[in-house]
Amino acid sequence: MNVPTLPILRFGQPYTSLDADTVSAIGTGAPVASVGKANAGLVRRDARRFDEARAALARFTCDELIDVAARAGDLFMNATLPLGDGEQTPGDYVRQLSATTGLPHTLVRANMAKVHEVFTQMRTILSGLTRGLDLAAIDHGYGEQGGAPVSFYPTTRALGVVLPSNSPGVNSLWMPAVALKTPVMLKPGAEEPWTPYRIIQAFIAAGAPAEAFGFYPTGHDGSAAVMEVCDRSIIFGGADTVRQYEHNLGVEVHGPGWSKVIIGEDRVDHWQKYLDVLVHSIAGNSGRSCINASSVVVPRHGRVIAEALAERLAQVTPRALDDERAQLAGFANPQMAGWMDGAIDEALQTPGAVDLSNKARGGGDRLVERDAVTYLHPTVVYCESPDHPLANTEYLFPFASVVEVEQAAVLDHIGPSLVVSAITEDDTLIGQLLACPLIQRLNIGPTPTSVAQWDQPHEGNLFELLYQRRAVSRVTV
Amino acid sequence: MNPTTRTNPTDTQAAAEALDAHVRDTIAWHFGPDTGCPFWLDWAKTAGFDPLNEVRAFGDLMKFPHFDDEHLRRLPNEAWVPKPYAGKPFKVFETGGTTGMPKQRVSWEDHLTDYSVFADRLDDDYFPQGGNWLMLGPTGPRRLRLTIEHVANRRGGVCYFLDLDPRFVKRELAEGHADTARRYMQHVIDQAAELIRHRDIRCLFCTPRLLEGLGERLDVAAAGVTGVFIGGTHMTPQVIRFLVEEVLENKAQLVPTYGNTLMGLAVARPVTADDGYTLTYYAPQPRAVLRVVDPGDTTRTVAHGQWGRIELTTLTKEFFMPRFLERDEAIRRQPHALYPWDGVGDVRPFGFETKKTIEGVY
Repeated sequence: MNVPTLPILRFGQPYTSLDADTVSAIGTGAPVASVGKANAGLVRRDARRFDEARAALARFTCDELIDVAARAGDLFMNATLPLGDGEQTPGDYVRQLSATTGLPHTLVRANMAKVHEVFTQMRTILSGLTRGLDLAAIDHGYGEQGGAPVSFYPTTRALGVVLPSNSPGVNSLWMPAVALKTPVMLKPGAEEPWTPYRIIQAFIAAGAPAEAFGFYPTGHDGSAAVMEVCDRSIIFGGADTVRQYEHNLGVEVHGPGWSKVIIGEDRVDHWQKYLDVLVHSIAGNSGRSCINASSVVVPRHGRVIAEALAERLAQVTPRALDDERAQLAGFANPQMAGWMDGAIDEALQTPGAVDLSNKARGGGDRLVERDAVTYLHPTVVYCESPDHPLANTEYLFPFASVVEVEQAAVLDHIGPSLVVSAITEDDTLIGQLLACPLIQRLNIGPTPTSVAQWDQPHEGNLFELLYQRRAVSRVTV
Repeated sequence: MNPTTRTNPTDTQAAAEALDAHVRDTIAWHFGPDTGCPFWLDWAKTAGFDPLNEVRAFGDLMKFPHFDDEHLRRLPNEAWVPKPYAGKPFKVFETGGTTGMPKQRVSWEDHLTDYSVFADRLDDDYFPQGGNWLMLGPTGPRRLRLTIEHVANRRGGVCYFLDLDPRFVKRELAEGHADTARRYMQHVIDQAAELIRHRDIRCLFCTPRLLEGLGERLDVAAAGVTGVFIGGTHMTPQVIRFLVEEVLENKAQLVPTYGNTLMGLAVARPVTADDGYTLTYYAPQPRAVLRVVDPGDTTRTVAHGQWGRIELTTLTKEFFMPRFLERDEAIRRQPHALYPWDGVGDVRPFGFETKKTIEGVY
């Protein structure tokens, strides 16, 4: 197959840059795509296209755009869509994305299904984001909600998104912007141009205006330019990035999740029943999501739970990318795997923690190569204390600590937690968790942290990022 | 003229011979007991070879080690004054936007000579005789402050200025104050836009970032600008294309240059869409020579078409600097009809693939 060339998409105008990056297959290094790169000046200049992009979306009602999204979902899953100077079947998409990111085909397809759900559940998602607003209020600028007059105005002419490469599912965060009549300026991750490009093509093929979509592969300065010209942006990064933008209302940062499963005093003696929930929470999507649990907090049985978890996760092993049983993702950047491996070993030097996965998988290194692709074996660490450096640490693979904490002290140690699944029926603990300001999403009961609910936003609310409410009145002249 | 036109072998040979003769003259001057500067005369005492007798051609300069630019920071300016210039006031120019003690070069006429050569080659259709200039670049202790005015005056125009301190911008960016840097740049652009509105300005000196910023504020070509001399940083063909096609809308000529205080000015062969906006610069030979060398063995020039590190040798009566390793890498390119010696193409920071550099308003 020819190596496709992906152009920059300048809000309706494909543009072939003189500067291109070759995106290569992990392991073999074979080129998979040539991706045109935008210089930062070009990104900034295209801010002058925003008004036209908004106008193109304004010709639709929100309801019409929801219908477009539903059609686009089907096309995304099943159609052959344009890919630069060629075409891309769904099978091509799976293979290409897997080759450049290390996600096995099984997980690519799972992420495809997630993206498809966002397309097709758009009405539910928007209802969740807007708390049931009649979207005609967006079309007309004002309306009613719960019997009260409401008016919303856009906070930005376009939404900027600087995407990572680690999981295609993150695209679900920006997709509703289109139905909310907001053009998007996307900077794809270096190894993952595939998903945003295919989503855009599906939208366009379903009838959305091409002018609404900007696709700008670019470098560091170009990413900064995206954030500079868009009054509202979504970016992804580590704890440092979160701190850098914590007071910037224009930037929604998606950082580490530090998601957790908490088992209460009342249920911990039955922990075996919840092992599936723990495994799914930790290892779903190969632990690449911020909604994956990185910590299991229990009042007792910590060591035995950790051993059982390690046994289960030891079955998740590196396999060929196209193996139907594959659940573990390789690393596009082997150095990142090496850094994490070293950081865990270094932290284990601090007394009070033990890596139980090593024994469970029969010894050997955590970091391994298969078919020239680097993997990290799932790792479960038992920590005697919540103060151990590994007790609340997140890595981009199936990694979790099991920590023993007295139930009365759980809230003292919980820290910021994107998702908490609390397996308990203890009303006192539930009440404390409901009142805790550090939890973005709380699952009460044995629900894996990694299960998304489309009618409830977590980690920011896209509607509130893109629109603000104002007081409005209108009287007949 | 076809920009890809290669020179004929006779011209290349003649240029090489002229360079060898120029090297002999330069060595005779800087190592002559009556004409040399204190630094080189002292250096020769412990060099282990006799430059006067053993350097007869450019290739013989390989006997010199790489020039250590710390000398230009540490030693007094007088160390570089050739004896015949003693007592004659000189100008001191500093290199780019780095922090700390800058490198300094003394100059009497070199800076004017370099830019006279450049000024005389500009195209009258785009840089009209009598046309006024705006210098939208670093001022202060940089020679651009004087040389752009010299170019304007030599072509019969005047030059307008504004203040620009790139070191401040670099420091702000390094400390994570992108917003301050952006506001400073807007402050500079505000001044430029005012000058362009109120004065008849046809020609600009500009950095790529400032030209782009100016283009966000006003339609540069519609404002009357017909020629833009651009430099001060690394530029890719894509950036050049963007500036030519979108910022200048193909209505004004863009002349990219690669230069610094230590070399002078290397002019790009004309950039065109047909040539993919490829950038190849040619040193102002024989006054300065650029080699593209193998980083592992810097005596070896890489083959044409190959990447290597840039090595600069400056050969004027005012300043001799052999084999200085620049912080840039480039592709060695073939001689050109206008410049019958090797060019350097696609210049970028040395170790570009592994390092991040801060270029600020450049």
